[in-house]
Amino acid sequence: MKRRHFLHLALTATTSACAAQWVNARPTGSSRQNPANSSSQRLIVIMLRGAVDGLNVVVPYQEAAYYQLRETIAIPKPGQPDGAIDLDGFFGLHPALAPLQPLWQQQSLAFVHACGSPFFTRSHFDAQTYLENGTPGDKSTPAGWMNRLLAVLPNSSPVAAISVEPTLPRILQGSIPVINLPANGTLLQPLPLDTPAYRDLFNQLYQDAPQLHPIYQEGREARQILRRLISAADPENPILTANEIGRPTFANNARQLAALMVQEPQIQLAFMSIDGGWDTHVAQGGSTGALANQLRQLAEGLKVLVDGLGSIYAETTIVVFSEFGRTVQENLNRGTDHGYGNVLWLLGGKIRGGQVYGDWRGLATNELHQGRFLPITTDFRDPLSTLLQTHLHLDRSRLSQVFPDFTPQSQLDFLS
Amino acid sequence: MWQTIWQKTWQKTWQKIWQKIWQKTWRKTLVVCLTGCCWLCWNQPSLAATLSNEAKVFHVLNRLGFGASPSSLEQVRSIGVEAYIQAQLHPSSIPESAILIDRLQQFETLQLSPTELLQQYRVLPTEVVESNANFKGLTPLDQATQAKLLRAISSPRQLEEVMVDFWYNHFNVASDKGLARYWVGVYERDAIRPYVFGKFRDLLGATAKHPAMLFYLDNWVNGISPRAARRGELDEVNENYAREVMELHTMGVGSGYTEQDVITLARIFTGWGFCQPRQFEDPNFCFNPKRHDPSNKIFLGTSIPGGGMEEGERALDILARHPATARYISDRLAQYFVADRPPESLVNRMAQTFQDTNGEIRAVLNTLFDSPEFWDPQVVGHKFKSPYQFMVAAVRSSGMDVKNARPIGSILQQLGMRLYGCPSPDGYKNTQDVWLSPYAITRRLDWVAVLATGRLPLTVDPPPLGERATRIERTPLAYQPLLDLLGSTLSTETQQLIEASPPRLRAAAVLGSPELMYR
Repeated sequence: MKRRHFLHLALTATTSACAAQWVNARPTGSSRQNPANSSSQRLIVIMLRGAVDGLNVVVPYQEAAYYQLRETIAIPKPGQPDGAIDLDGFFGLHPALAPLQPLWQQQSLAFVHACGSPFFTRSHFDAQTYLENGTPGDKSTPAGWMNRLLAVLPNSSPVAAISVEPTLPRILQGSIPVINLPANGTLLQPLPLDTPAYRDLFNQLYQDAPQLHPIYQEGREARQILRRLISAADPENPILTANEIGRPTFANNARQLAALMVQEPQIQLAFMSIDGGWDTHVAQGGSTGALANQLRQLAEGLKVLVDGLGSIYAETTIVVFSEFGRTVQENLNRGTDHGYGNVLWLLGGKIRGGQVYGDWRGLATNELHQGRFLPITTDFRDPLSTLLQTHLHLDRSRLSQVFPDFTPQSQLDFLS
Repeated sequence: MWQTIWQKTWQKTWQKIWQKIWQKTWRKTLVVCLTGCCWLCWNQPSLAATLSNEAKVFHVLNRLGFGASPSSLEQVRSIGVEAYIQAQLHPSSIPESAILIDRLQQFETLQLSPTELLQQYRVLPTEVVESNANFKGLTPLDQATQAKLLRAISSPRQLEEVMVDFWYNHFNVASDKGLARYWVGVYERDAIRPYVFGKFRDLLGATAKHPAMLFYLDNWVNGISPRAARRGELDEVNENYAREVMELHTMGVGSGYTEQDVITLARIFTGWGFCQPRQFEDPNFCFNPKRHDPSNKIFLGTSIPGGGMEEGERALDILARHPATARYISDRLAQYFVADRPPESLVNRMAQTFQDTNGEIRAVLNTLFDSPEFWDPQVVGHKFKSPYQFMVAAVRSSGMDVKNARPIGSILQQLGMRLYGCPSPDGYKNTQDVWLSPYAITRRLDWVAVLATGRLPLTVDPPPLGERATRIERTPLAYQPLLDLLGSTLSTETQQLIEASPPRLRAAAVLGSPELMYR
């Protein structure tokens, strides 16, 4: 079944009271017949849910205020014990991110500082919604921007987009069914639906189920495609080794995702997240401690992902973001509270790396948002728009379907 | 879905009756009758004529509980829908299953206090664990998970279990965060379960002071530092709990409070923490006046004179009585029980009851269950089940005597709904947008297919941790009892397809039918 057919079904389901989720985005079928040759370009989005402290990820170590306001949790300057890894003479990288240093040196890792969703809210949930639905300030947009992106890409494979989460995140929800597949071993086990008897049974039962049919169908087809990859594979196949570990840690998910993307060229968009552990209100730690441990896990996972992608890393862009930053000043519990601006990460073969992009205005109180928070000088949709236009070849009108009512402001020149 | 079948059947029957009556020229009598009927319906919207009694029976089993089991269906049919609802709203009137009570005894950690749990289970070296008489291999979290599933599957007090699920997610504590892993079960036992039908203010107060919540949302560290104050330093309070209590527990985000209110509330709660914060020797709730900011405050427009712990109690009173809270809680309940986007009219009436009764949860539920919106045929059978609701319902309908719920725990984990495991304080959602995905549907079907083969070791005593269950006699589920139980909720097409399928697949076909994805 062609994806356009799904859309048709989804659209015809409008009359049903509960189908709202699947029809609200309403991309037109024809919009997916974009002839642009973008199918070899891939985009992986990684979301750190809970608000990572960006000022301790990319550390403005030349700012005196940074050390004044962060008495116990600041990362020492490069060269000092447990110090930051120097990036450009002004910013330094958290030492727990050392596994990523080679990527910086190879110029395929960049950051955009003071970046984020330009609607001030200190609610995790609202802020995550805005990053995912792509309409800051408007919670009512039900679909995620990656689903809208999928709708305007020419790729109609059931595995065009994939998430390695146990549930489908909002960013991928929308009119087009998207497969999610956590690295929990289920890809390896033969399951009843893999057998013709059960397949026929449920095919018939779901044939006329109005809302469920396209979703059921997508699930079955996607699994068939992915199972074919491993059945054809030798025992050394990285999908097997990734999946048999069976514990869906970030690194395992990354390993599985990379292996799948390498072997199935139709997978063009992917999403991962690390949920929890970033909300460091208490005992955040500095070069070591709670946040450092989280960052180490992230860095190791990213390393696994980049290594696993191997030769297709050249065609891949990885974006890492988080719903908002944290207070510039540490609190009495040696932690940080919800803030505003944060740092956005960019990795990939086409990234003009080795640079920290964005409009950095310092940490003086009068430069901070409400005197307490790093401001947002770059809308997160700006770098994403650049990526979609240049990397995925979206024209203006398709871009405006992904990010409605948004005009890119600053054209950051981070793509080579 | 299936209620349309009921409508059709009803229409047909009605047509026949109509023809007969017409033929017998009872027209005049009929007009009078019809007028009377209309008047009755108008005045008693909860008796909306479009739902058959059978449809109502299943609606209460699906919404006030985790679906039909052979015994629960029998019960609703015998006492009637109205009486069943009232009994469910007063769970002490329903005798708890003796077998269930007996089975819950094995979970000894659910008898312990938060202090005892820390003393006995907190990161012990292996030899201590082994010599610990109480340690039988299952962690407090495993035990809480098992107990919750066994209760949901077999307790006749179904609505109580549903409300525990609802309120736990509303006041979520994640087992992943530090000490909370030892306490989630006793948090549910002490701060949620006793209050699920009572005054909202009591529930709010109990969660506010429970060690699990104090720890999870960091209020145990929220305090001013006299030393910092002496040095003339600006002190910052920890606003994590204060923010979530307004955003998630009471008023709801965007309901009119300001950032300043959040900060003020955080100051009001300074000093609410543990009795012995350092070593956690006594992790019970204590108010520490030395850590409390005693300044005068204005919270949500009300002056709260500087004092001690009573400031926090006062703030909780204000929050519990706030109209935004009445609305928000009503909206959450209506979303859970009625529809993903609940009707405004219903939410308004529930909120009115909430305010009239000063937050009496049972009364708000009565308004809900008595409403035409709840019985609307557009609503019945249209709420997509969460994985927890789906799995528990599948097992309940099988009528199995479940002794070991671990296989259910694992599939829930695979489907992203590990019990007590939602990492963020907003708890698990109950809406279709979150749970309906290609992977979720196919994984559910795979699971019920395995369940139908009888391969899951649900009916044997659970093996010691880390050991495989003893091989069990595989008894495939018989499809006829399943069809007898659930047939009336399936469409004719589905029933025909099931009967046309190979007999060995029919049980899986019933359990995996599209209609049963919804409640």
